[in-house]
Amino acid sequence: MVKKIFIVIILGFFAVMLLPLAKDFTPFQELSPLAKKYVEDSPEELGAANIVTSVIVTYRGLDTLGEVAVLFIAAAGVGFFLRREGKNAKTAKRGSSQILQSGTAFLFPLILVFGVYIFLHGHLTPGGGFQGGVVIASGMVLLLLSSVSTKINENVLHLVESLSGASYIAIGILGLVLAAGFLDNRFLDLGEFGTLLSAGAIPLIYSFIGLKVGAELVGIIDNMQKDQS
Amino acid sequence: MTLITILGLILILIGIWGMLTQRNIIKIIIGFSIVDTGVHLIMVSIGYIKDRTAPIIDSAVSQADAVNKVVDPIPSALVLTAIVIGLAVTALMLSYAIKLYEKKGTLDINEFKELKW
Repeated sequence: MVKKIFIVIILGFFAVMLLPLAKDFTPFQELSPLAKKYVEDSPEELGAANIVTSVIVTYRGLDTLGEVAVLFIAAAGVGFFLRREGKNAKTAKRGSSQILQSGTAFLFPLILVFGVYIFLHGHLTPGGGFQGGVVIASGMVLLLLSSVSTKINENVLHLVESLSGASYIAIGILGLVLAAGFLDNRFLDLGEFGTLLSAGAIPLIYSFIGLKVGAELVGIIDNMQKDQS
Repeated sequence: MTLITILGLILILIGIWGMLTQRNIIKIIIGFSIVDTGVHLIMVSIGYIKDRTAPIIDSAVSQADAVNKVVDPIPSALVLTAIVIGLAVTALMLSYAIKLYEKKGTLDINEFKELKW
């Protein structure tokens, strides 16, 4: 009973704290000055059609580097907690159905290609490295579900992850040396606006982010699945 | 005062209620995810401007007219970051849950008394 009263008090406290946010908030009619500058300048300056991408990858590129670092630390934490201590206890597992197996054989390559498409077109269409990486990881989940004996080569996974992470930093430093600042995309030719090979280094950076995120998420899933066997 | 902001607020309250009342660790993690979603909704609704479209320059939104046609790109970028971090934190919490289940054979939070006072 006392616990319930406490819970009601805490909920009421949060409601009172958050209510002004909803009540006093008037929707904007205009873009804020900073957003206006981004929208006006980024197509000319960076050559990316997707303004969200130019904010994430270039204007706020350092934040994205921190985000990738947080994701890496979380993946490392999952790997640390779920590591197997030498025991290899196999429990009997039921194989998956024929429908799932055939469906996976058909869909898995398509999902991989779609993931690559999403992160290659991050500067033109909605999407980007993180989304593409998650799509790739979802394809791997399908593969793990369809055949329980699938073994993922962890060495390849770690190699892809560390190489793409290092290349991301290297591109950032190249921007510092050849262009105006860290993670500046303009050291490559900006190209024709709205085509695949445009926006300087943004497709390159997003490809490395996509590979890194994909490898990390596959690693997380692999750790969780291994723990069950 | 917009509908989406209020819906986000309600989601946050539902999530906090779930975290406080549920005893199954997995359900507490689900409560956390609901709070996460509510925060994302509020952030997106702050950047939204009525009758405008996504900040992507293409045949529908010309470069010259973009300032009057697109929503604020910065909250979208922030929410993208927040979603990824939320995913990472959820994965970490689930791996804690797996480890706790291995230790005690139960997911009931009341069974874990070591740090209780």
